[in-house]
Amino acid sequence: MLIAVILALAAGTFGLRLTGVLLRDRLDLPEWSRRLLPVGAAALLAALAATAALTEAAQFAGYARPAGVLAGVLLAWRRAPFVLVVVAAAGVTALLRLLGVP
Amino acid sequence: MRSGPDRAVLRDVAAIGAAMVAVGASFGAMAVAAGLPLWAPVVMSILVYAGGAQFMAVGLVAAGSPVAAVLAGLLLNARHLPFGLTLGGTMGGRLWQRLLGSHLMTDETTAFTLARPAGPARRRAFWIAATLLFLAWNLGTVIGVLAGGALGDPAAFGLDAAFPAGLLALLLSSLRDRDTRRVALVGAALAVLTTPFLPAGLPVLLALGGLLVLFLPGRSTDPPTDAGPTAGGSTAAGPAGGGAVGVGSAAGARAARPEGAPC
Repeated sequence: MLIAVILALAAGTFGLRLTGVLLRDRLDLPEWSRRLLPVGAAALLAALAATAALTEAAQFAGYARPAGVLAGVLLAWRRAPFVLVVVAAAGVTALLRLLGVP
Repeated sequence: MRSGPDRAVLRDVAAIGAAMVAVGASFGAMAVAAGLPLWAPVVMSILVYAGGAQFMAVGLVAAGSPVAAVLAGLLLNARHLPFGLTLGGTMGGRLWQRLLGSHLMTDETTAFTLARPAGPARRRAFWIAATLLFLAWNLGTVIGVLAGGALGDPAAFGLDAAFPAGLLALLLSSLRDRDTRRVALVGAALAVLTTPFLPAGLPVLLALGGLLVLFLPGRSTDPPTDAGPTAGGSTAAGPAGGGAVGVGSAAGARAARPEGAPC
């Protein structure tokens, strides 16, 4: 039972990934629609980041996490090194939680 | 000339990779605590390799809903299809590159790849991120399975903030393009606003609806105007050496750049 769930999820996920990759060659997309692909990917990633920053189990994630993300984004905006962005985001969130901020 | 940017990608990927080891460990520990046999989380991390879906599937299996575990996991992973469409030309033309590259494609890998200018540099960034993050996630899972509850809660370390911050930092260079910025903002707003009402995975897919703003009437230029091959000319600034995912950069710059040309 468990192995069936794992294999079905693995096969389906791989199928989704491979379908996109192979479709790119098979579909004769016009140039203008090909240019939409990276824009669409950016929208998906932005949506992923925004929902991950703000929500947890379909509810507001609390203040500590978005505050940390905001700190990281501000540093990135000021062209801080990527490593610092990641560490600062985690650090601010951890510190706020340590102080009792939800 | 090439080693510099590649080293920067390596260093940046390592930062996210370190966080991924920790979250992978929490996945392994959580799966074992939920009553799964020790092999299950390890096999999942190798074969499924999609963090969000793995957490969700373990939760649903433990709750006694195996069918829901598969369906919910696949809905959550549906976003990989458009990612594949976008990155299909980046991983290389050989069949094994397509097959392996597809399996190793994740949100973070996509973000690291698109943050690089189109061409050989982008391909190397894809494979660096793909390889390192896969190893990090699986190493973490094994650690978690072995250590179990001895590890702390990753939330205490703020790791849940590290991933969205990293993704946004990687996106900043593409968001400098006005059209991309508008689409991404509308898409992110759609996703956040619908998250309380829709099953997980669907809100993020709805973000593609943000593309409609490019077709709104009253725009001076028609959709997908060519912003020029901005990626190639960008200087090393910002995360992973800059670059842009601006409109036209992927297709346009790739067409304009002969394979193997220095970046």
